[in-house]
Amino acid sequence: MSTENPIVPGQPHHDHPNDNAHGHGHSSAEAHGTRKDYIIGFVLSVILTAIPFGLVMSGVIADARVTAGIVMVFALVQIVVHMVYFLHMNSKSEGGWTLMALIFTIIVVTICLAGSLWVMFHMNLNMMPSMASGDTSGM
Amino acid sequence: MIEATIPPGTQGPVFYETDEHHHDAGGSTMLGFWLYLMSDCLIFAMLFAAYGVFGGSYAGGPQPHEIFELPLVALNTSMLLLSSITYGFAMLAMNDGKVRSVQGWLAITGLFGLGFLCIELYEFSNLIAEGAGPQRSAFLSSFFTLVGTHGLHVTFGLIWLVTLMVQVGRKGLIAANQRRLQCLSLFWHFLDVIWIGVFTFVYLLGVLR
Amino acid sequence: MMSDALLKTIFGRLTLESLPIHEPILIATFAMVATGGALLVAALTYFRVWGYLWKEWFTSVDHKKIGIMYMILGIIMLLRGFSDAIMMRIQQAIAFGANDGYLPAHHYDQVFTAHGVIMIFFVAMPFVTGLMNFVVPLQIGARDVSFPFLNNFSFWMTAAGAAIVMASLFVGEFARTGWLAMAPLSGLDYSPDVGVDYYIWALQVAGVGTLLSGVNLLATIVKMRAPGMTLMKMPIFTWSALATNVLIVAAFPVLTAVLALLSLDRYVGTHFFTNTMGGNPMMYTNMIWIWGHPEVYILILPAFGVFSEVTSTFCGKRLFGYTSMVYALLVITILAYLVWLHHFFTMGSGASVNSFFGITTMIISIPTGAKIFNWLFTMYKGRIRFELPMMWTIAFMITFVIGGMTGVLLAVPPADFVLHNSLFLVAHFHNVIIGGVLFGMFAGINYWFPKAFGFKLDKKWGTISFWFWVIGFYVAFMPLYVLGLMGVTRRLRHFEDPSLQIWFVIAGIGAAMIAVGIAAFLVQFYVSFRNREALRDTTGDPWNGRSLEWATSSPPPAYNFAFTPVVRDLDAWYDMKSNNAVRPVSGFRDIHMPRNTGAGIVLAGLSMVAALAMIWYIWWLAALAFVGLLAVAIGHTFNYDRDYYIPADEVTAAEDIRTRQLAAREAVAGA
Repeated sequence: MSTENPIVPGQPHHDHPNDNAHGHGHSSAEAHGTRKDYIIGFVLSVILTAIPFGLVMSGVIADARVTAGIVMVFALVQIVVHMVYFLHMNSKSEGGWTLMALIFTIIVVTICLAGSLWVMFHMNLNMMPSMASGDTSGM
Repeated sequence: MIEATIPPGTQGPVFYETDEHHHDAGGSTMLGFWLYLMSDCLIFAMLFAAYGVFGGSYAGGPQPHEIFELPLVALNTSMLLLSSITYGFAMLAMNDGKVRSVQGWLAITGLFGLGFLCIELYEFSNLIAEGAGPQRSAFLSSFFTLVGTHGLHVTFGLIWLVTLMVQVGRKGLIAANQRRLQCLSLFWHFLDVIWIGVFTFVYLLGVLR
Repeated sequence: MMSDALLKTIFGRLTLESLPIHEPILIATFAMVATGGALLVAALTYFRVWGYLWKEWFTSVDHKKIGIMYMILGIIMLLRGFSDAIMMRIQQAIAFGANDGYLPAHHYDQVFTAHGVIMIFFVAMPFVTGLMNFVVPLQIGARDVSFPFLNNFSFWMTAAGAAIVMASLFVGEFARTGWLAMAPLSGLDYSPDVGVDYYIWALQVAGVGTLLSGVNLLATIVKMRAPGMTLMKMPIFTWSALATNVLIVAAFPVLTAVLALLSLDRYVGTHFFTNTMGGNPMMYTNMIWIWGHPEVYILILPAFGVFSEVTSTFCGKRLFGYTSMVYALLVITILAYLVWLHHFFTMGSGASVNSFFGITTMIISIPTGAKIFNWLFTMYKGRIRFELPMMWTIAFMITFVIGGMTGVLLAVPPADFVLHNSLFLVAHFHNVIIGGVLFGMFAGINYWFPKAFGFKLDKKWGTISFWFWVIGFYVAFMPLYVLGLMGVTRRLRHFEDPSLQIWFVIAGIGAAMIAVGIAAFLVQFYVSFRNREALRDTTGDPWNGRSLEWATSSPPPAYNFAFTPVVRDLDAWYDMKSNNAVRPVSGFRDIHMPRNTGAGIVLAGLSMVAALAMIWYIWWLAALAFVGLLAVAIGHTFNYDRDYYIPADEVTAAEDIRTRQLAAREAVAGA
């Protein structure tokens, strides 16, 4: 995908250790998780997955809309858990550009999703009356 | 504009870097891959949007609660989640420079991923056999496309994973291979994030309707 | 004789009928293209330049060479796209009443579709990408982009997309749906033939190139700036490139997704955009314009960047309002995602939705207006030099403002209900694309040509081209505004009302003038090359520029900068000149460079084969090509030997030449 430049032998590196034993070489100091991070992330994810599945499969909450709401909130939280514990998202990585790219993407995704749903709901309402009831119930 | 006052005897303003330190080979790779991942995110966003718009268009055909088997989805989800942590362990092994360990954890990750794919293919083939294939309705078209695209990404991830296992075996944990492992790590976890969206909005919310 | 089944298996739906043996225009075109192509191949072979071309250009990962190749691609495709335009103008000028014209409907529809697709995807995008590729690394004091191999691959994918479109001219046919291929017309029911498939695959292949190029340039600008060059000390063209590539990365995935859904409808029988089984064609329109609107900003922002550089250089002044220019770029980038519905006010979303998008559309004109004022204020009290880039800039300012105003007019939903899909709309977007993007590209070409090739472009022929283009544009498109206001719809090939004809004839004359402008543009290259010694740029700074690209020789060495510059202020090169910065003449070191590679062109070639196979339903070939793609891509990753070092004495030798060149210039200047 991208150019991978190996360390070229013969060029003196004044302060860069060779990089077999070291996880991250001299460069971007890639955030890497500790064992603890991964396990915490995993356990949290299991909980945040099991509860929604359990709620839906058991039907314990009578109101489907409430269940849906809870399930969506859990999804959002689990995504954040993944971002933090697995993807090591933080504001320092790449001088803050990683986070900025993520925020921008979230903004555009929100606009595209909300915008499309809003626009198509109105389109269907005005132009295809038989469709109007069906579409937003999917989300 | 900065005006540097130069005391006598000292060097004037520096316009060229004559004592250049060797720039980080592959220093742009992680950012570049992250940006690609963001663009991939947008593809999925549009597939989610399509599912949102078409998700209720059953065309008189099968509806979510009729065709989704949540226990199977739960199994699938756990496969993917387990593969995430095993990949995490592979990365920890990489940081410790243990080649065999890395390959071992990668192999286990691959098996979980393969398990995920097999279950998904099983689900798809059952649906198609029952007449609930992607051609049946807009709802099913968007379901198969969204979930299928995710599965296609997992497939590419597995191919990449096997390739990396070979390359790590051959060249060891050189800087280039470490960068590649880190990129695949981002890719793999990102796929799990997308799956959270899928099982929530497609399967769970679908059954709740 | 082979059985039908066997023929179908081997050739898919490709038959002898797919060749245009019944179409005289196409046969003539093919004859010309084939002859010209054969002559070119013969000449290249005779002069034995294939090896040179392969080693120095096709496999090059040098951003400067890739940038030049993009520009050449754009110019070649401009000729094709413009031929489509001339064909339409002629048809529309003569086809009244009993006269049906010379272009039958199924052909005319392909012409206007191809015209749009080619001009946007294979002229404007390559021009914009080519300029950014060439200029940005130089402006930020870098040696290349972040991912040089990806850069090469991106170019060849774009070229492959162009080749796929060109193939449709002679084998099969192109889409007849207009450049955005709206559903359900583009679906299997109404367009069962290969045309829309050509469209889809050409754009998907080229789209990969564009997306990767976006990632590449974005990473480059973020990571590879010279020390001291903070964001607010970047040249304004680089800022516009940053905004543009953000838009590319955020918009092209949407195009990928919607075309993928359309192709699923066509290949698998899904129901996204069909009229039955729950499909909804309006969703196609929605999705395609979510991409489409940011796309036009992708095209215009680099042009804005060019105008900022040119205005500041040729008025001898720092750009007025740098900070507000940057903010305007950022605001436009965000707002670009909030206006897309204005392309389909009439589709029926209703008053509340229409009002929202109408208002956002009007708001987005404000930062653009701010930019125009900043350029004007830069010119005020400047010492204006009317070189060609500046002339194009002034023409842009007048022309683009007119086009922008008609855009704001169209932003009002009730007005748009009358003018949507009329010739008024056609006039508007040509007004802003030609007046904005194309004039910007001409300005950029004239501005940076000396940097790329070491000699300036001939001013006389450039001026001829300029006037024929500018006047020709007005003569060609102002009548369209009139026709649109009178109610004439776009994409028509025949009219009943004879009172309209005079306007179409005037428009045709305008097109002829533009043709002269294009011819003069080509002559300009030839004459400049012939007179290159007289036009030689010996210092690397022919315009008294202000940014770092002018600190290098013309053309720059492969490595751009022997020593990375240290930036202290905006307009870094101007700062260096003002402070009598001394260029180091010794102490050069080995320079780390990426190797050339043929993997990019091979992968793009395989992509093209895969695409053509999918278009023609030749499944075995498609499968083979996809497997080949995977194999080559994976194989390429096993090659770790991707770079090398230019030895210090080679660097020294090159820099010595420059030292002597500059000294000679000084001696002449001082004498």
